[in-house]
Amino acid sequence: MNIASVHMFSDVPLSWYLLLSAALFCLGVVGFLIKRNLITVFMSIELMLNGVNLSFVTFAHQWHAVKGQIFVFFVMMVAAAEAAVGLAIIIAVFRARSTLAVDRIDLMKL
Amino acid sequence: MTLLQFFLWSLLKVVVVTVILLMAVAYTVLLERKLVGRIQNRWGPSRVGPFGLLQPLVDGAKSFLKEDIVPTAVYRPLYLLAPIIGLSCAMISIAVVPFGDPAVTGSGGFHFFEISDVNIGLLVILGITSIGVYGIALAGWSSNNKYSLLGSLRSSAQLISYELALGLSLVGVVLLAGNLNLRVIVESQARHGLLSWNLFGGFQFVAFFIYLMAAYAETNRSPFDLPEAESELTAGYHTEYSSMKFAMFFMAEYANMITVGCVATLLFLGGWTSPFGSLFPTPNNILLQSILPIFWFVLKVFSFLFLYVWVRGTLPRFRYDQLMNFGWVYLMPLAILNILATSLWLAYRS
Amino acid sequence: MHLVLFLIFAGFCLAGAINLLIQRHPITSALSLIVVMTSLAVLYLLLGAEFLAAAQVIVYAGAIMVLFTFVVMLLNASREERTLGSRAAAVLGFPAIVVILALIATVILHAQGLSTAAMREGITSTQDLSTVLFTNLLLPFEVTSVLILVAILGAVALARRGAGEGTEGQ
Repeated sequence: MNIASVHMFSDVPLSWYLLLSAALFCLGVVGFLIKRNLITVFMSIELMLNGVNLSFVTFAHQWHAVKGQIFVFFVMMVAAAEAAVGLAIIIAVFRARSTLAVDRIDLMKL
Repeated sequence: MTLLQFFLWSLLKVVVVTVILLMAVAYTVLLERKLVGRIQNRWGPSRVGPFGLLQPLVDGAKSFLKEDIVPTAVYRPLYLLAPIIGLSCAMISIAVVPFGDPAVTGSGGFHFFEISDVNIGLLVILGITSIGVYGIALAGWSSNNKYSLLGSLRSSAQLISYELALGLSLVGVVLLAGNLNLRVIVESQARHGLLSWNLFGGFQFVAFFIYLMAAYAETNRSPFDLPEAESELTAGYHTEYSSMKFAMFFMAEYANMITVGCVATLLFLGGWTSPFGSLFPTPNNILLQSILPIFWFVLKVFSFLFLYVWVRGTLPRFRYDQLMNFGWVYLMPLAILNILATSLWLAYRS
Repeated sequence: MHLVLFLIFAGFCLAGAINLLIQRHPITSALSLIVVMTSLAVLYLLLGAEFLAAAQVIVYAGAIMVLFTFVVMLLNASREERTLGSRAAAVLGFPAIVVILALIATVILHAQGLSTAAMREGITSTQDLSTVLFTNLLLPFEVTSVLILVAILGAVALARRGAGEGTEGQ
């Protein structure tokens, strides 16, 4: 697929979807490492999960396999459960430490 | 039909439907004011134009000309974004609603009476309802006012609680029709006129009741209008908004009412099909065949809005804990029982 | 058509993800993540997964992110501060991630047998999805519903005010 044959009505090669998925995943990892607010770190985890979902759907399209999409469905359900419990933990941590800054919640005992 | 022609015709459809929706929103406000007035034994607006029919135009001009007060300490980007989210989510849902007979088509199968025919039309409407919560949540938080924040949190909690009952009540209809496409759902109710509508022949009256209650809660209308009642929390999430931004929230509420009415008409009341069914033969004239289904659709939506305003004028409002209790403890299990009963009946019938 | 739509919504995805990293206030990061999720829903539609696109909007953008937004509003999270730790992580983290992304991109671009995606083919109907979900994969489905029940109970137990009383005392 050379760049000269790409025009407005051409199809999109699936490798581009996979590259986007990898980029989203890596941006999620960067967010996890550099952000200093507990909620934003959690949001970067959700971004990673979304990146992986995109690659599942891409491969489901490639192999015409519905199970790829069903796996995405399960990832969404597990992410929902994880978000609920994780945010409840964040609220409990906030009540105990009165801060959401990651650098101040780094000791188990104050 | 080439791509360019398709785009131009679609743009025309979108413009016509948007203009009609905005005018319908304005005249729904007038309908409510006159109807609530008559229920309270007084005339509604009756001085501007004959029977007060020019009142919405005057109200629109007033909204534009009012002073726009923006408090100093608001979080400006979200303060300006929240009414935009509210109004656009309220108006997007009409894109998947078919309001006329799909048998009348243009060249290349172009539907005249539906902006887009989506296979998952019902889920699109539920998704847009879910996104509409952000308008209210961000409005209350960005206003930097404790009453707005509390009002918006209450309202958002009410919205997401009743979204559940709303979605579950629609599952019975989807089970009967076997498809999520709104056009197919209406066509499955078209066989015997009134008796084959999902409300009567499909025995979905429990689902209709649940949908009605959930719709009143979703659009923040009486008897569930605690978040925005004037005597509660100083008008809730739109306390700090004035002039056009407030008018956008106001229009969003009525546009939501109209959308919910359209969805109820499509799913429970048979959409554009006439209640007489096959008693009268279909007219041969193409103009009559186009106009008559639209007339039935508008009549059904109008009667749904009439019911909305009637309930608003008659019933007192719920207290907040009664409201949440009603949604979680009564409506949701009832909706699940409805799904169970519908599936058992379908399994028995086949 | 497919290419134009892909480029627009992939652009939104990347812009939203980068905005999530750049913004210092958590509420704007949350809104950027919502933009990423709705753009991903459109990309799922382009790949023919229509039910997943709707589920992405309803579940992820309409429920999970509402939860995040509520928590940000309730805990009144404010702007982040730049600390020594965050500067160190940025200095070390960015090059490492660029290396990892380059590795993954090399693997993807050298893969054989990847086809293209066209607009009209490979649309998975809801019926196909649900047939497999409720017959072959019924057990994971039921287990997931138990998981969600457990998560609800756990969240309610953790976020209740009574949870902190055991740690107070003389």
